[in-house]
Amino acid sequence: MLDDFLTRAILAGVMVALVAGPIGAFVVWRRMAYFGDTVSHSALLGVALGFLLGLNLNLLVTLVCVTVAVILVFLQRRQELASDTLLGILAHSALSLGLVTVAFVEGLRVDLMAYLFGDILAVTRGDLTAIAIGGLLALVLLVILWRPLLAITVHEELARIEGVPVLPVRLGLMLLIALVIASAMQVVGVLLITALMIIPAATARRFARTPEEMALLAAGFGVLAVLLGIWGSFSHDTPTGPSIVVAAMLAFVVLNFLPLPRRRPVKAPPRD
Amino acid sequence: MFQTKRPDAGKARAVDPVLIEARGLGLVLGGRTILDHVSLTVRRGEVVVVIGPNGAGKTSLLRVLLGLWEPSSGQLARVRRLRIGYMPQRVQVDPILPLSVRRFLTLRHRASLPQLHKQLEQVGVPELLNAPIQTLSGGEMQRVLLARALLGEPDLLVLDEPAQGVDVVGQGEVFDLIDRLRQDTGCGVLMVSHELHLVMAAADVVVCINQHVCCTGRPEEVSRHPEYQRLFPDVGLHAIGIYTHHHNHVHGLAGEVQPVPGVPENTDDAR
Repeated sequence: MLDDFLTRAILAGVMVALVAGPIGAFVVWRRMAYFGDTVSHSALLGVALGFLLGLNLNLLVTLVCVTVAVILVFLQRRQELASDTLLGILAHSALSLGLVTVAFVEGLRVDLMAYLFGDILAVTRGDLTAIAIGGLLALVLLVILWRPLLAITVHEELARIEGVPVLPVRLGLMLLIALVIASAMQVVGVLLITALMIIPAATARRFARTPEEMALLAAGFGVLAVLLGIWGSFSHDTPTGPSIVVAAMLAFVVLNFLPLPRRRPVKAPPRD
Repeated sequence: MFQTKRPDAGKARAVDPVLIEARGLGLVLGGRTILDHVSLTVRRGEVVVVIGPNGAGKTSLLRVLLGLWEPSSGQLARVRRLRIGYMPQRVQVDPILPLSVRRFLTLRHRASLPQLHKQLEQVGVPELLNAPIQTLSGGEMQRVLLARALLGEPDLLVLDEPAQGVDVVGQGEVFDLIDRLRQDTGCGVLMVSHELHLVMAAADVVVCINQHVCCTGRPEEVSRHPEYQRLFPDVGLHAIGIYTHHHNHVHGLAGEVQPVPGVPENTDDAR
């Protein structure tokens, strides 16, 4: 069954969506959308380095993403440049650096389109295993970090005083985001990964009343987008990665304007 | 540690165990001196209030004492495994994060439903348990923050402008509540505030800072200190008099009312 390229594509997409959704919820809560985007732009540099050194591409991509993420956090702390300026500088330098490095690797013909916009239909059994390992690792890490991550997301100083090891937890989140990017690169490509993280999470907000509900719903909406996208791509011969993102966007638009049955009002009358 | 109730809680004495002690703290940020040789001690059961004009370094001092910032000089000693309950000046939760008050309270400390009810009851907002945290008013949020700080059964309660954004009646309630908690649990309280009249009444020790310690001592002493009167010319003694009429007595060992030596029984005329 795994010999069918469509089955492999669906499996890869579903696995990535299951991980990207819950982690995307944190990206949305912590206002890290552009942060994620910047880190994913550096993934191509990982690919180039992987070819150059003859090492596993997923591993190199994860490493480069974590490194860029840590550099970003360090630079943001110095607060000499505004965050968006810093993100802009790093995102585009990392992408260009990746493209230039690819050109330097002799005898390498890289299908750039595949890395930039994904090539889910070309997923091999080996890729599937890599995505599964990366995804499982990310999910386990997420479960371990869930409570402390939530605590520092609500109020970092309060969490720190209450004994949350803030720096390790934040580094853990960087690692999580890097793992998602490494495994999602083949599905939607480096330029569209952030979409797979934040659109399902944003879609889920309206239907969730707890952080956990939102994370699970985000995973669900991500899977829905992957299935719709692959189906659309297959039946209309459109590029698969962008089709998945379009499906996610359509789901977001439709579900956000869908009238909901009114919940009982939860707001207590103001006391003072 | 420190869980037994003291019969004379509410009256800190020099023999009470020290929870946190700072000696000669200095803080320099970006070449600017923020704190200069600040010393301060909080004992168990004692309410220490840090006052000072804007930019005096009050919040910076709290951050150093809490361990969020490293002091540039001086020493900071804490009791081993000191449990701190911290109530920040302001907490705003982005509406994109679905979070009820209940989840907010248990982000760090796990607690049973009856415990949560009891804690919210104590701070006077039991009906808020399942409300989304974003729908709370400023005053409600302050109370919920206090409840969260108390859930950790702290030895030391650290409050940054606890009455900010609360109206005058609410302010009185917040300070009365803090006073009651201190008496019930025997924890030490360290707070920063500029609600001078309320603070002076609630405090055992007032530390008036303006980068350095201008003056320190019992509220009555500090309010007569020339440095204090120079820093707060408008408020001075009148404002303090308004509130101290609530506190013209102390409680003896058995809880009986005793007059405070040197303070007239009835200062209602000050209104």
